[in-house]
Amino acid sequence: MIPLLILLGVVVVLVLWFIGAYNGLVNSRNQVKNAWAQIDVQLKRRHDLIPNLVETAKGYVAHERGTLEAVTNARAAAMKAQGAAQAAQAEGLLGSALSKFFAIAEAYPELKANQNFLAVQEELASTENKIGFARQFYNDSVMSYNTKVQSIPTNIVAGLGHFEKAEFFELQDAAQREAPQVKF
Amino acid sequence: MWELIQSNRRKSAALIVLLALALAALGLAIGWGVAGEPGGYFGVAVAMVIWIVMLLANLAAGESILLAAAGGREITHADAPQLFNVVEEMQIASGLPALPKVYIIDNPAPNAFAVGLKPERAAVAVTSGLLARLNRDELQGVVAHELGHIKNRDTLFMTLAGVTVGAVILLADLYLRGMRFGGGRSRGSSRGGGGQAQAIMMIVALVLALLAPILAQLLYFACSRRREYLADASSALFTRYPAGLASALQKISGVQAGQLEVSRALAPMFIVNPLAAVGDKTSVFSTHPSTTDRIRVLRALTGDVSLAAYQAAFQQTHDGRGVLRAATVQAAAPVAARDASAAAESPAIPGAPALAAAAALPDAARQWRAAQHLVQRAAGYFTIPCDCGVNLKVPQHFGQPSVACPKCGRQHLLPPDIA
Repeated sequence: MIPLLILLGVVVVLVLWFIGAYNGLVNSRNQVKNAWAQIDVQLKRRHDLIPNLVETAKGYVAHERGTLEAVTNARAAAMKAQGAAQAAQAEGLLGSALSKFFAIAEAYPELKANQNFLAVQEELASTENKIGFARQFYNDSVMSYNTKVQSIPTNIVAGLGHFEKAEFFELQDAAQREAPQVKF
Repeated sequence: MWELIQSNRRKSAALIVLLALALAALGLAIGWGVAGEPGGYFGVAVAMVIWIVMLLANLAAGESILLAAAGGREITHADAPQLFNVVEEMQIASGLPALPKVYIIDNPAPNAFAVGLKPERAAVAVTSGLLARLNRDELQGVVAHELGHIKNRDTLFMTLAGVTVGAVILLADLYLRGMRFGGGRSRGSSRGGGGQAQAIMMIVALVLALLAPILAQLLYFACSRRREYLADASSALFTRYPAGLASALQKISGVQAGQLEVSRALAPMFIVNPLAAVGDKTSVFSTHPSTTDRIRVLRALTGDVSLAAYQAAFQQTHDGRGVLRAATVQAAAPVAARDASAAAESPAIPGAPALAAAAALPDAARQWRAAQHLVQRAAGYFTIPCDCGVNLKVPQHFGQPSVACPKCGRQHLLPPDIA
């Protein structure tokens, strides 16, 4: 009787552990998915802000048409991009086009005094930050999820439940990784 | 981070149980000392009733009352875009499930705090003095520190612990007062079998009543300080830029000295203790470590900003002593810091119209005025430009049909909805 009870107890503990580990993995995987969605939300927001920026700046930077056009074209390309790899590259190009434009805007005091421009600039700067932080949180989530998927003993549960390793978000474009050098 | 919250939760639960046991022991000793063994059980019951009533009162009050008590006003994105954006950025970086409400407190003392029993329903408040002094990177560091408190469940824990410590103090206080006025009554009832035990219990109760409040508070303060370092470490991790918080602390220190009137229970949730002169040496009675010490640890963080790196920086500045638990630090992979943002030089004040009007003022005064303007706009103040160049700001429900310009004395009629 008693050995049977002990066996039963061990089985119950194992089942409880399995449920806990499985739910933990599901939680982590959902967090990774959420973090990925957050990056998308912020990229979309950046696309929405750019027409506003171009409209405000147009009248002030007549000599810098090319830079503004580069921003508009990069935005169009980023919105058309298909698949993660292509999107990452297009977004990278858009990011560097934007930072080039803001570096140039420094030379236009009238533009910098425009309330509208200041507001759009703050929103865009913040969106850039949010993209960065969303990516940072996504990679942190992927790291802790992958650690769970790979380490003993949760890897057994992960194998049974078909939990795959998640991919880190790496920047495709080298230009985005380097901040633009601005010299005066 | 998740493991950290788990270990925090376990430690917090253990500490609250310990404090509650101390409260029950105090109740038992007092009851027994006053009225023998049955009185002991009655004492425990009284202690628990006090605890539960205080807890319920605190939970019912919630963050909105706490914030109202501190004079906070909720803002939206339109009121202060930069502050709001920074909070949003840090919510993303910390992975909090919901955006905390954002409050501004109209006070020149630069400070900030967080409240909220759940990460889903939290709030963060900053003073106008803080907004006027810090640039974007510094503001980000401070907001990240506060969101760290929410993420690490410090806000929940400090509320519970604060209530329990408060109950211990109240019970001990009631007993000592009773002793002073009605001390003779217990001696009259000490006849009979339990007399000796009761006499011993009375002495125990007296000693406990004198010591328990002090010990409970010391425990509370020690936890509070440890959590302050942890929130600093979280801030460095979220922003990847410890220099921002370090420089914010540097600017904040030296301009506090009790300008902000808050309850003691709220003090541990602030970025720097609002009740003490900042820069004070850390003592066992401090809710916060000394600001200079926190800056030293943050400045020692170079390159890697993970929790393990914070631990290493702390050890380096404290002769090898650590501050975070080993379990917290384990498996924390290195995390690279970043450079200052491009906006580092601009003040953390959005392009409010007042900025342009006050362009002639010196920098600090201009920022202060813009922050003031922000608070007044959030409060629905009505602006009347006077011909002499002064902008009159009239609060809602002013109560008078007209107002005189303080500079030239011209009378201005107010619209009926303001008057």
